[in-house]
Amino acid sequence: MLDLYGSQITSRLFLGTARYPSPAILTEAITRSKTEIVTVSLRREMAGGRNAGAFFDMIRALGVHVLPNTAGCHGVSEAVLTAKMAKEVFRTNWIKLEVIGNHDTLQPDVFALVEAARILTGEGFEVFPYTTDDLVVAERLIEAGCQVLMPWCAPIGSAAGPQNLSALRSMRAHFPDVPLIVDAGIGRPSHAAIVMELGFDAVLLNTAIAGAGDPAAMAEAFAKVIDAGRQAFGAGMLEPRDMAVPSTPVIGKAVFA
Amino acid sequence: MQLIINGEAQTIAATTLSQLLAALDYEGDWLATAVNGELVHREDRGEHMLNDNDRIEVLTPMQGG
Repeated sequence: MLDLYGSQITSRLFLGTARYPSPAILTEAITRSKTEIVTVSLRREMAGGRNAGAFFDMIRALGVHVLPNTAGCHGVSEAVLTAKMAKEVFRTNWIKLEVIGNHDTLQPDVFALVEAARILTGEGFEVFPYTTDDLVVAERLIEAGCQVLMPWCAPIGSAAGPQNLSALRSMRAHFPDVPLIVDAGIGRPSHAAIVMELGFDAVLLNTAIAGAGDPAAMAEAFAKVIDAGRQAFGAGMLEPRDMAVPSTPVIGKAVFA
Repeated sequence: MQLIINGEAQTIAATTLSQLLAALDYEGDWLATAVNGELVHREDRGEHMLNDNDRIEVLTPMQGG
């Protein structure tokens, strides 16, 4: 069981809700993945916002935790205001805090991120910071009051998989008791297995599932591999070695010569 | 009154934020409002007086990752 700001979560797969072929397929993906946490956003919509109302009703009907994000924000004040507006709509203290620093890589502006996190935790928000795999930034986020860290493993939507395993490994070793969720860059189930085997607590996915040929089937595939990776981490894995070790005992071997 | 609503200049005869939302045909309890970069809570919209050239943001839930 994963404890996130006092909420007990069973599923270690968090699902983004963007870019699905249809609301029905999104619903099926949420159901088959057994996710308990979905991310949503806030956007300008004219014409009375009725599309938004239908979307929100659909999410609420699924009975999952809603994790609003500040996607697309580029500065502290913009991110803080968006977080406050998200709290107004979604009535949750949770916020996935994104402060983008680079248009091409969607890399977080970690300086603004830490500052925004400090402001928001001071106002009672429970912040899930989308950050890089930098250890010092992670320490600053913890000092700022974050109780969860969400490092990328590759740029958002890139499907490139873990780009810096040693950084992720260091983060796990350095923060043994902080929930660590890989957010961004996972492309296929084997990528998710790798980070779960490293001991990460959960994986947040969107494009890898929404962009699959059969998103609902892919959601289920990810759910299985995330569970398997977690179980393998708990079970303890062998370290690789250079020389062979016979798996069959040598004692009692017949001698024919 | 000239207002900038979600980045677009519009002329609307509303004096409070609640009246503005009604004039724009917004409905439901799932939207958030800010005026000039400050959140205006839903319970304060009725008393929030608008001024010429106010920048108003009305945000609603949307798919996100």
